[in-house]
This record gives sequence, C-alpha cells and structure tokens, in this order.
Amino acid sequence: MSTGIPTAIEAPRFRALTSVRATGIVGIASAIILAAATFTAIFGPLLAPYDPELPNLSLAWIGPAGGHLLGFDVQGRDVLSRLLAGAQTSMLGPLVVVIVSIVTGSLLAVVAAWRRGAADAAISSGLDILFAFPGILLAVLATAVFGAGLPAAAIALSLAYMPYVARVLRGAAYRERSQPYVAALEVQGASATSICLRHLIPNMLPLIVAQATILFGYAMVDLAAISFLGLGVQPPRPDWGVMISENQTGIVQGYPLPALSAGVCIVAVVIAVNVLGERLFEQAEAGRR
Amino acid sequence: MAETDKAPVLQATGLRKEFGELVAVDDVSFDLPPGRSLAIVGESGSGKTTIARMIVGLERPTNGTITACGHDRSRPTRSTRDRRRRGREVQIVFQDPYTSLDPRQTAEATIDEVLRLHHGWPADRRRARTAELIDLVGLDTRQSRALPRSLSGGQRQRVAIARALAAQPAILILDESVAALDVSIQAQVLNLLADIRDQTHVSYILISHDLAVVRQLTDEAIVLHRGKVIERGTTGQVLDDPQHPYTQRLRASVPRPGWKPRRRDQPGTGKEDDVP
Amino acid sequence: MSDPAAVAALESPGAAASAPLLEVAGLSVLLEINGAKRPVLRDVSLTVRPGEAVGLVGESGSGKSMTARAIDRLLPRGAEVTGSIRFGGEDVNQLTGAGLRRYRNKVAMIFQDPRAHTNPVRRIGDFMTEALQANLAVSAPEARRRAVDMLAQVGIDDGAKRLGQYPHQMSGGMLQRVMIAAALLTKPRLLLADEPTTALDVTTQAEVMAILDGLRREFGLAMLFITHDLDLAAAICDRTAVMYAGQIVEIRASALLHDDPLHPYTAALAAARPDITQTAHRLRAIPGRPLSAFEAPSQECAFAPRCPHATDICRTEVPALARLDGGVSRCARARELRGQLGGAPGG
Repeated sequence: MSTGIPTAIEAPRFRALTSVRATGIVGIASAIILAAATFTAIFGPLLAPYDPELPNLSLAWIGPAGGHLLGFDVQGRDVLSRLLAGAQTSMLGPLVVVIVSIVTGSLLAVVAAWRRGAADAAISSGLDILFAFPGILLAVLATAVFGAGLPAAAIALSLAYMPYVARVLRGAAYRERSQPYVAALEVQGASATSICLRHLIPNMLPLIVAQATILFGYAMVDLAAISFLGLGVQPPRPDWGVMISENQTGIVQGYPLPALSAGVCIVAVVIAVNVLGERLFEQAEAGRR
Repeated sequence: MAETDKAPVLQATGLRKEFGELVAVDDVSFDLPPGRSLAIVGESGSGKTTIARMIVGLERPTNGTITACGHDRSRPTRSTRDRRRRGREVQIVFQDPYTSLDPRQTAEATIDEVLRLHHGWPADRRRARTAELIDLVGLDTRQSRALPRSLSGGQRQRVAIARALAAQPAILILDESVAALDVSIQAQVLNLLADIRDQTHVSYILISHDLAVVRQLTDEAIVLHRGKVIERGTTGQVLDDPQHPYTQRLRASVPRPGWKPRRRDQPGTGKEDDVP
Repeated sequence: MSDPAAVAALESPGAAASAPLLEVAGLSVLLEINGAKRPVLRDVSLTVRPGEAVGLVGESGSGKSMTARAIDRLLPRGAEVTGSIRFGGEDVNQLTGAGLRRYRNKVAMIFQDPRAHTNPVRRIGDFMTEALQANLAVSAPEARRRAVDMLAQVGIDDGAKRLGQYPHQMSGGMLQRVMIAAALLTKPRLLLADEPTTALDVTTQAEVMAILDGLRREFGLAMLFITHDLDLAAAICDRTAVMYAGQIVEIRASALLHDDPLHPYTAALAAARPDITQTAHRLRAIPGRPLSAFEAPSQECAFAPRCPHATDICRTEVPALARLDGGVSRCARARELRGQLGGAPGG
C-alpha cells in the first residue's frame, strides 16, 4: 500500500517545456548550445562572413586578424566561416543516423517483446550478428558499395547502432508489455498494433529520448572520425570532422586553432546533448509514477 | 444449487493447465448461472489466477473447454472480431491498482478508448457514456480528467472497473481486485460492486483468498488447492460447514475478534502442509 | 502536544512496577517530500514494557511503518525528528557508532517482504550468522550451531541443510520464518515487526503468527507488531494502538478494542470489515479516504471530516490524547460517546 497519496489533482501539462526550465544552470547552458548549433546548422552558409570553400594559400595558417576571428586554416580559408557552414553536415549526419537507428531499433524491440518466444529469439540472434560489426568496418563496406560520402557513412552507422538500440529498448518493452494494463487491453480485444503504438511506445518514450541523445553524441564523434578517415564527407566541403583531419598538421606546427576549434564545437554539442537528454529522462521518469 | 433452469452464462469443463512439468490447474470444472456470483477461493499456488487468465484468453488451456455466453472460448482466436466479441462477454479487473492503468492516460481517455474499440459511436455519444460510467463508479469530473498518478489506489480501481464495464460484459472477473486496498476503501469498493451488480445484472467471478470478502460478495464458491477443486457449494455452506480438511484449516486461519493463532502439531520440516 | 510523562502514566493500568523498555514521547517527524518538508508523524507517544506485545494498527499514511523506522533509526537522510525515543532509558537518537550497533542487537526488526531484505546472492547461513560474528564476536562454528537451533525453534528441522541454501530456494512463508529466527539470534529485547505476515497466505500467516507469539513469550521479548488488520493485532498483542494521519488516536487493551473502542475511527475500522459469518446488505464504509499526516488539517481533528460523530468542538482544535477507562483516546467527545461506539456486527 502506498503512502504517497497525492494532495491535488494535476491536469496533464505539456511537460517538455516545463522540464527544460527545471533542469538548472547546466541544463540551460546545454539547451542554449544546442539551440545555437541547430540554428547554425540551418542558416550556417548564410551566416558565414566569408566564402568557406575558396582557398587562398597565401593566407594559410594566419592567426586571428581583422574580421577573421579564428584565423585561417591550412588552405587559407576563414575558419569561422567553415565552422558555421560545416554545422550543417556535422549536425545533419548524426540526426539521420539517430532517427533511422531509433525507429528501426524500437520496432524490432517492440516486436520481439510482444511476440516473445521464437520471434524474440530470431530477432535477438540477428541483432547479435550485426553487433559483431564495428561501425567503422561497416562504413568501409558501405563506401565500397555506395562510394564515399555522407549518405554511405550515415547508412553504415545506422546499421551499426540499430542492434544497440534494440537491445536496450527490448528490456523496457518487455517490462511494459508485462504490465496488467496491457493485459487489460488485450482482454478488451484491442489489436497488438494499436497497443504497441498507442501504449507501449509512448511509455517507453523517456528511455527512447535518452537513447537518442546519447546516440547523437556517439554518431557525431563516429561520423567525424569517418570523415577524418576520408570515407565520409569529402573535402573541400566544410564539416567539423573534415576540418580536424585537414588541419591536424597545424597542431604540431604551432597553429592549433583551426583543428581545435572544430574539436571544441563537436565536444560542446555532444556534452550539451548528453546533459539535456539525461535531465529530460529524469524528469520524465519522475513524473510517470 | 438454484437457477438450474437457466443455461449457465459461463461454463468451464475439465480445465487443465501445465507449465512444463508443473500442473497448475488439474481437471477444474464449474458453472456460473446468470446473475449469480461465484468465488474461486485459494491461496498462492492453487491455480486460481491461472484459471482467471485462461477464461479471459491470456493463457491457453492445455486441456478442457470454456464457454461463455454460448460461445466457446477454449482456444485463442486470431480474428479481431472474435477477440472483441469475447471482450464484450467477459472482462477482468486486476489486483494492483498501480499498474493496471496506463500511466499516461487519463481516466476519460482510458474509457473512451474502450468505447471506440467496441462501438462506432460519434464523439459526443462516447463522451456521454464515459460520463455515465465515471458516475457509476463514484468518481467526479475532476478525477476523470486526472492521470493515474494523481489518484489514490481506491480511485484507480474504480477507473479499472469503469474501463471493464465500458465493454458491457456479461461476466466480470475480479482477480483479487480489493486485496490491495485499505480496509475502509475496500468497504467502499465492495459496496460499489454490489450496487453495480444490482444495476447492470453482471455476473461476478471473484478470485480471492479473503474469506470475509467472499462471504460479502458471492453466492457460490469453489475451493482450490494445488490446482484441484476440493470443495464446492453455496458460499454459506462452504464457509459455515466446510467438509474438506483444507477448507476447514483455511476457515480456521482467518483472524477475527477472539481468534488466536495455533501452531500445527507436527514439528514440521518447514514445508507448507500436504493435504491429501 | 501531550505531555510525554503524563501519557506514559496514562498507559499503565495496573502494571505500575516495571519501567518501560521503550518510551516514545511526542515524536514528530518531518520528511522531504517533493521538495518540501512535510510531517509524517505528529506527536506520537507510546510505551512498550519489557515482555509486552503492543499492536500498532493503521491504514495507508497512518504513520505506523514510519514509527517503527524512527525507532530503529531507519529514517531517510534529511528527516527532522523532534520528541524523544528512549530505549532502556537511553536516548536512541543520540546513539552513534558502537552504541548504535549495540542498540541494533537489542532491537530487531522484521519486514513485510523478506525477499526485499535478503541478498539473493548470499546463502541463508551467511546472512544469519553475520550479526553474531561481526557484532558479538561469536565464532563461526558456534554461530552456525545457534542458527540451526533457532531454525528448529521456528519449525525448520533440516536447519543445517537450509543454511547452505539461497533465498530463492525457499517459499515466502519459510523465508519469513528464517527472518524471525535471524532476528532472534542476537537475543534482542524488543522485536519490531512491520506487517510480517501481510504478504503471506492466510494459512501460512496463522502458522507464522503462532510461531512469533510462542517464541516471543518463551524468550520474554517485547514486541511492537504493525499491521493494518485489527483482529490480527488483537490476536497476539496485549494492547493495541491505532494510528490515523500520523497520530496515535487510541491505545487500548486488545480484548476491549473491538467491542468497546474509545475512538470513532477504531469503531469505524472494525465496522468496515466484511463479516465472514454473514453477508451484510451493505458494508458500513467510511466516506472519504485515509489521510496522511501532511494532508491533515492543523486546526481540527484529522478524522472529523469522515466521522459520523463530529460536532463543532471537533473542528476547533486538534484533540489531545486523554486517559479514559484504562486506555487512551484522542477524541474530544470520547467521554460522551462511551459505550456507543462498539459492538460492530461479527464480534
């Protein structure tokens, strides 16, 4: 018997906004960083003060000067402009990876948990096989098939992450599926599809959102690494991962700013996404029971 | 037993359920005459919950038949139409008020979903019926718009009852539905169930280990022990004049004013008793 | 606020000589709930004498479990405790370190769900002998011997074999017997039993209750038995205290509680229970629902909104505990209502 008898009836509110406000200064800072990154991803190329792709070797490695706040990179391009323009692929890539892997992973998890038995065993075994392939290896395979570039890298990474998502969500799906309210709906005669879509998935949403944010961070770093290796976004397109790759010689030569500034952008976004995701998850879980 | 001139609204014959080597339900048969209430009494391991789950289709009997409202429901069905029809024949209210409602759905939405499932009614007719059901179970509008986490255990059980009644079932299975409630709330819900029965003529199957609740709510009773029916009769007969040693022991174990617990005589090996 | 010394005096009809073993006086506890400090216990006073069994009965939110936890120093961090808890004359809340460990040897607690309070990856034997070896410096073979003896006392004959088993290999009833045996090993003077049989089948409950009662008398233990079931408490406790909304509302000899209660809540609780011997047309349900301490109004009797006997005097202030006919009642109209409250059907 519970002693936590509530004192007032609360009508359901749109909880996402109120949750963000409640997350404290770190949470707010993270939200700002993420908002800024998203804004830049959409409008980056328009915001860039200088042409991000036009090389001018005579200006290579010159530090901050005049209107160039972050100086010039290895090919004499304005670093700030490249950062702003590069936000697009740097943010879009992970977003696609997260959406595809979360959607496919959730579906597999729910099907496995709902049908249990043989279907679950088959799905789990299939996922185990996929687990064996690291993301980078799949990326290499994908580029061999589709040619180098962001689409191939994104597909590869989605395939690599999907079993991870499914594994994590399967536990939550099993838990929800065993709850009496699901049984009550089955007894009412509701179809499996409607129960899964209207009840199971919404109740797993906090976990799904948390997974999505963690994966976004991983995807961003992995995609940057893939681009660094030359398999993802191809130079001269601006992309934060590509920028680290191109400007890495500058670090040992005494011109760290171009590479490091791209690195800082990646790290900042990854941390922001993780912090926000964790806080939102906690809020959602606390509000559930 | 009375009412033999009317066909039973639910009939179970030779029910058997095996989980691997464990026989949870062994050759159980019983009838539920229309308008009467039957108690299935037992402790843990007696098979009573398994029987309830078999009746509503959550478990598949290894053997035996179940017929409700004239339709056979011994095996699960693939047809959506059949599943829904079965939902309109037999419904169930579970024991735990804290997990038997979707935490993200208001009481109104929960009931509305069931109404949409069974009837093709327009929104305003559904709204009216929802309001009727909310009122029938003793809740008010404010509570009907609340999420389960804002409701107490007793209130949540009322929502669960309203959800079950939304299908207008002929038979309602109460699977220890008041066992998790405070004594004062339990009394309210028992009164509510009696009122509902008077108004809607639903037949109850009460699964319970609590003999006083059984007395209060049911006309007839069967007693289960280790999957077998060891005694049956009217509730009054079974409780006032139990024939089987296990039923007698059960009856003697219920705390009441003046009751004193007594150890069974054999030193025992710590295992629960084996009653022949 | 009741005067603690007066309350202690109120509750000892006849047994004047023995000093109380446990004396709770004016205990109030605030806990942090949803960010705010809220009361969960308000002015709780009761005594347990050596060898005496006292029942503590209440519904959800009454504070009965919280009282036991306060006594055993198991309140969550950040709890604010006022009032006193004295065991054998010592202030329990001031104990630390070695003193606290000694206290825990003298006061044993058994809980509702034995599985939640045992480590599933450790054997029964380890868990039972732990306290003996760690706190009382008993040798391992001696500790095991005592454990086997105690298991026999609770009706488990193959004790040596059981010591090597894991909790999941035992049924709920057997595990609860093991918990009782473990609790008694350190030869405590007071046993706190928090709904120990609520999760058990009724036949198992009867057996475990009989064991508990028998052993308690044999070892001369005092016991505070917490339950929601009035008749269960009356079965093995000499006196029973009834709690509502974080307060004690009645303390009475168990034999008198059903037929001659001193507080309307006790009477209502007894009357609300269905009767196994007959079907009532309708049960005498109490309207509304049980309140927790933090929901209770501060300027009137917490039970007044649901009480059939409430009058204006009940809504002007929180009634104090007052002596009445060998018991104690927190009802402003207790004297007036004498004799009218009891005699619920099914006695």
